Amino acid sequence: MSSSDAHAPNPHLAHHYETIEKQDYAVRLGMWLFLGTEVLLFAGLFLGYTVYRHFYHEAFHEASRHLDLWAGITNTVVLITSSLSVALAYNAIKQGKTKLCAGMLIFTIVCAFTFLAIKGIEYHHKFQEGALPGKWYHYAEVTAPGANLYYTVYFLATGLHAFHVIVGMSILIWILSRVLRGHFSESYYVPVELGGLYWHLVDLVWIFLFPLLYLI
Amino acid sequence: MSQPSQLHENKPPVYPEVNYLNADRGVWSWLTTIDHKRIGIMYLISVMLAFLLGGIFAMALRVELLTPGPTIMGANTYNRMFTLHGVVMIFLFMIPAIPGVFGNFLLPLMLGAKDVAFPKLNLLSLYLYWTGATLVLAGMIMGGTDTGWTFYTPYSTTTPTTLFPVLLGIFILGFSSIVTGLNFIVTIHTLRAPGMGFMRMQLFVWAIYATSIIQVLATPVIGLTVLLVGIEKVGGFGLFDATRGGDPVLFEHMFWFYSHPAVYIMVLPAMGVVSDAIATFARKNIFGYKMIAYSSLGIAFVGFFAWGHHLFVSGQSAFNDGAFAVISMLVGVFTAIKVFNWVATLYRGAISIKTPLIYICGFLFFIVFGGMTGIAVATVSLDVHWHDTYFVIAHFHFIMVGAVIMAFLIALHYWFPKMFGRKYHEGWGMVAASLIVLGFNATFIPQFLLGNAGMPRRYYMYPERFQALNVASTAGASLLAFGFLIILIYLIYALVRGEVAGDNPWDSRGFEWMTTSPPPKHNFDQTPIITQDPHSYQEPGEEVEHVVI
Repeated sequence: MSSSDAHAPNPHLAHHYETIEKQDYAVRLGMWLFLGTEVLLFAGLFLGYTVYRHFYHEAFHEASRHLDLWAGITNTVVLITSSLSVALAYNAIKQGKTKLCAGMLIFTIVCAFTFLAIKGIEYHHKFQEGALPGKWYHYAEVTAPGANLYYTVYFLATGLHAFHVIVGMSILIWILSRVLRGHFSESYYVPVELGGLYWHLVDLVWIFLFPLLYLI
Repeated sequence: MSQPSQLHENKPPVYPEVNYLNADRGVWSWLTTIDHKRIGIMYLISVMLAFLLGGIFAMALRVELLTPGPTIMGANTYNRMFTLHGVVMIFLFMIPAIPGVFGNFLLPLMLGAKDVAFPKLNLLSLYLYWTGATLVLAGMIMGGTDTGWTFYTPYSTTTPTTLFPVLLGIFILGFSSIVTGLNFIVTIHTLRAPGMGFMRMQLFVWAIYATSIIQVLATPVIGLTVLLVGIEKVGGFGLFDATRGGDPVLFEHMFWFYSHPAVYIMVLPAMGVVSDAIATFARKNIFGYKMIAYSSLGIAFVGFFAWGHHLFVSGQSAFNDGAFAVISMLVGVFTAIKVFNWVATLYRGAISIKTPLIYICGFLFFIVFGGMTGIAVATVSLDVHWHDTYFVIAHFHFIMVGAVIMAFLIALHYWFPKMFGRKYHEGWGMVAASLIVLGFNATFIPQFLLGNAGMPRRYYMYPERFQALNVASTAGASLLAFGFLIILIYLIYALVRGEVAGDNPWDSRGFEWMTTSPPPKHNFDQTPIITQDPHSYQEPGEEVEHVVI
């Protein structure tokens, strides 16, 4: 209500910040803290994985051999590529290149769809083989005690990750729509940066999930 | 800094005509507000309702325990009652109480800011709280949960009672807590007024800072854990079921990795309230400012590595038992640092005995006595004897509930004029405070004795030899309830008819009193510039008479 006679008012500056730099710093800090909470959310599942891998080493080893390694590798490549493209989108908007930014975001979103499609096919195969854990488990090829737990952890971890892919994708679609409406420019691009950060986190979690579940 | 007080002027205090309470009108303006003060007030109403509900459950439990046999309810009802008492009091009252109400209301004022860093997220956290609370209450109406607030597997995954809405509610309440914590951390980092370094923040702010770190780091883990229990109950995957290869103790580890730090989410803000209020009522510079500030961070840090003391009888290795016991005792060291500094602040102060100071004395007693019993239960050999008895119940209620409720009442009385611009009745305040401190002791000291004599927790019947102490405990609980009733009445009266307090009725040097009481919508007409240390009661030119650490 007071303030803002001195500078030209910035439409993105909230009333309780003095400068846009301070506000940008605040939202970045907030985002990093939020990403920290996301890491801790997954940490519980990683802990479960570690404990049960220790208990049922053989079963975990054997069950992981029965995942589709090529699907996993393809998905890893897809996600890493999408991380690059989202970084390029951020770089583009920082220089005011709106069209390039939009193109890179579209590419990232396509990658996200591809990832989900491949994951869906993988899930479908596993359902048919009877690897859905709990009372539905009747996977004939892996019967060692503990295999059920492996698939529980597998479905929970990749499921939670897929949920994050969907959320990240929705955020990117929203940001894309704002880019297309010309909301961002070289002087205001923080939301693109934050969306990109979230997408990197989604990528990072997968980079840990992939070797743990598919390779070792 | 603007003048700290206008106490010695003779004009009668005036109630500011335009303030945050009447700047906008209508229910809708409250429900869509992003003003941190209004959000704080809505939290205040919500947590008090939760406290009332949890209190009613507690009284029902105490009435049931009046006689050795069934009194007013059967075993199943009793199990549901203690579960709901625990869930409501912990997740709906103690965790959000001080950060949600007083953190929201005061943090920006103490920092000289116009709002918290993310006002919309702040409103979101309130709505998440309401959603979570609704789900928990829905769970109660749909039949209730009987697992205790700890949801230990495998019982929780096999119980026929309604669990899922309660777990989902707790998951969402966790989000609310994370959002609040994240918001406060960013606020403290970015919105301090010019001149306010970290070493000029009030101790309440330091305590909220330490609390927020725990909220942000620990809460996601409980979120995932309750989610896993819920999924496990629906899907039956065997994650925590030993018959299918799972490990129930893994659940205990994951649960306590959050729930032990969670006790510091509850108690650290309480300590912050006391640090702030004690300097005001001793009219003396706080003793050992840095030590109190750092010890909050120390508790937050050590608190993360103490969870194993809940698993002394769960088949943990002897080495782990010993390590967790020693780490748990470190918490006592940091707490003791605070207690010594508080007492040293009172020493040779110009003490004004007001209602908040009575609660401060109660707080000091509960935290020392409860803390000492905490050291006792952290000792492995003793804990094996006391585990799952009323001794643990009494310990927990002394250190957690005692400390948090005392601090909540200190804060409510001390900052009541700040929030509403009116004074409560000091005489009735004293009466209620004395009743509550006495009632609290009368309720829980018998429970220490019961536990030591071997009465287990969570049973609705007991052998006849325990009856006398149980009756004493119930009598104490009635005193407590009566005290709260008095508070409710005189505070509601004060809201409507209370004497106008003026901007700074306690003549406090806290920065939150720099603006009018109640504050205007945007807190400060001009951004304040901080030129003095917090809790500084020196007059200009006066020598400091004690050693400043």
